[in-house]
Amino acid sequence: MTARDWQKLITAAVLLGIAALLPLTGNAYWLSLGVSVAMYTVLATSWALFSGPTHYISLATAAFFGVGTYVMGSGIEVMPYWTLLPLAALAGGLLAALVGLATLRLSGVYFVIFTLGLAEMVRQCVTWYQNQTGHKGTYVLTELTEADIYWQLLGLAALVYLAGWAIQRSRLGFALRIIGDDEEVAAHSGINTALVKVALFVVSGLVAATVGAIIAPRYVYIEPATAFAPMLSFQVVIMALLGGTGRLWGPLIGVIPFTLLWEVISASFPNQTTLLLGLCFLLIVYVLPKGFVGLMQRLDLMRQGREAFA
Amino acid sequence: MKRRTTLKAGVALAAMTLAGAAFAADPIVIGAVAPKTGPLAGGAAVTHWPNIQLWVSEVNGRGGLDVGGEKRMIEVIEYDDQTNPQETIKAVTRLATQDKADFVLAPYSTGLNLAAAPIYQRFGYPQITSSASTDQIVELSDKFPGMFFLLGQNREIVGDAVSILNALREAGEIGDDVAMVNVADAFGIELAATAKPIFEEAGFNLVYETSYPLGTQDLSPVMKAAKAADPDAFVAWSYPPDTFGLTEQAIIEDLDVKAFYTAVATAFPAYGERFGAAAEGVMGIGGVNTASPEFQDYAARHMEVTGQAPDHWASGMMYASLQILEQAIEGAGTIDREVVTQYIKDHAFETVMGTVDFDEHNNNPEYWTVGQWQNGEFKGIASTGRDGAVPVLIKEGWE
Repeated sequence: MTARDWQKLITAAVLLGIAALLPLTGNAYWLSLGVSVAMYTVLATSWALFSGPTHYISLATAAFFGVGTYVMGSGIEVMPYWTLLPLAALAGGLLAALVGLATLRLSGVYFVIFTLGLAEMVRQCVTWYQNQTGHKGTYVLTELTEADIYWQLLGLAALVYLAGWAIQRSRLGFALRIIGDDEEVAAHSGINTALVKVALFVVSGLVAATVGAIIAPRYVYIEPATAFAPMLSFQVVIMALLGGTGRLWGPLIGVIPFTLLWEVISASFPNQTTLLLGLCFLLIVYVLPKGFVGLMQRLDLMRQGREAFA
Repeated sequence: MKRRTTLKAGVALAAMTLAGAAFAADPIVIGAVAPKTGPLAGGAAVTHWPNIQLWVSEVNGRGGLDVGGEKRMIEVIEYDDQTNPQETIKAVTRLATQDKADFVLAPYSTGLNLAAAPIYQRFGYPQITSSASTDQIVELSDKFPGMFFLLGQNREIVGDAVSILNALREAGEIGDDVAMVNVADAFGIELAATAKPIFEEAGFNLVYETSYPLGTQDLSPVMKAAKAADPDAFVAWSYPPDTFGLTEQAIIEDLDVKAFYTAVATAFPAYGERFGAAAEGVMGIGGVNTASPEFQDYAARHMEVTGQAPDHWASGMMYASLQILEQAIEGAGTIDREVVTQYIKDHAFETVMGTVDFDEHNNNPEYWTVGQWQNGEFKGIASTGRDGAVPVLIKEGWE
């Protein structure tokens, strides 16, 4: 590791440490926003690990999230909380591996459609099972507070950043970038493209499932409709794209302004919330196609250009 | 000249506003969080929001709430939670911390109420739920002592429906054969799972039993198969769209049963409007004492202020939850949340649904369980202790 790497790592650790102090301020309002920011940061960053370099747009986040939620919901009565988090990760990872093996040979739009359908499919399976067994309500009653949930999400965020950083520097990351540029070339260079894609898809799947498991105690009562809400998948994509997927920290700078924007709209226009959010989606895609990261790079280039002329 | 007039008027107006502000006490800030969009927006638009509108206009029309001898108007801040528990949590937190709400009305539906319960608990708001249905009342009121339950419990709602059929059977009106269907979603599954053993224990034959996915458009195969089984009674643990869909198919197929029951939304005014005379004799969840002057008066005011009629199940309960809050604030003479919550536990309240006296688990033990369309009105035919149940009618055809 170079001195520059150490510098980055220490900066990240300090920022994380500062973020961890939020619950100590005792401000419930900022903490509830903090939980949202932390949750979407983890989801969007892990989404971008896979979708960023490969350009495969996955809408499966809600499916993995819901699986994690249900692992927690159905296990909390019989098993200790901490064992359920890795179990949820395992379930999410397995599902991602299965889906990945079956579909990542598909390209482009077929993959998008399949992942969109996945959340609905898993939801129907859960419902079918509940219907067969005469299920009566899933409750997750724990002693965990908002602060506990926030800290767990921060911890998970740290793991995701470390994993992302390690992947970028590995042969796997290199292979991914080649696949993103041209999958044919990658295959001809001897890269097992299917395997590489599945590996990264599994990472984003297991992270999203863990997030679902961490959030479950916050919902208290788990229903298929809220656990597998398709809106979540779209929010994650929009936030990641707003930030930009070219950098590991890209999604983060999308999540923070978006969460605040969402909050302002929800608070100021309670009767037109959904309409205004839709307009924002359109604006983001139209004005910032490469997200804030792209915008910053463009500004950077312009500045360099001006300097060159001067 | 013109400008000066405007200026004068402006000054006068400002002076009046100032004077007004000096005389009136600060308003009581009440938060309201429920779906305006998302899957549950339709139900909330029938049962939840109109009652808030009615209540606020009435209380402020009277000059506000009497808090310890001082009249205080109420100011409502509404948020749309988009039928998303994350948004409910955020909105209730926002109301508590940013808007400094004195009280926050309970959200809509079981899931959204439970997701918000820890936040109500944390800020000490009483949470008087009128649309949460759970069989965990003991555990929940233990964990969230400020949470109250008005709507009742599934096993009694289902148990009473079976008892009604049992009574019809003992009277020799129907036989043993029942067709039972349910929507394959949380509440439908729960009701069907509760009903099955009760039916079997009562000695009924489930001659046809099936479920259909949420959002099924074409229910004719379900009704055709039910008809083919030739049942004496038809029972559906259904949601609003399929309650309408199944009834429509029953009319088309001319299902010949002496008892026909559909669950959620049978009590909606829209059901009677849509099916007219064919609705006569249809049973469903809920019911009210339509002969009660309090309820009649409430229904008339609801119509006048909101332009729509209340439903005959949860609407009255929702309004009752607002009356309870109102009476508790005035009775306690304070807006101290802890005192008001304790007042709710310690007192009985006169509401449009009758007297409500919560038991030691914050549960309302007396509520309507089964209603039936009779003479164009959905009337209560069974309850866990309410007065005014009318005798059950036999379903006679669909004309």
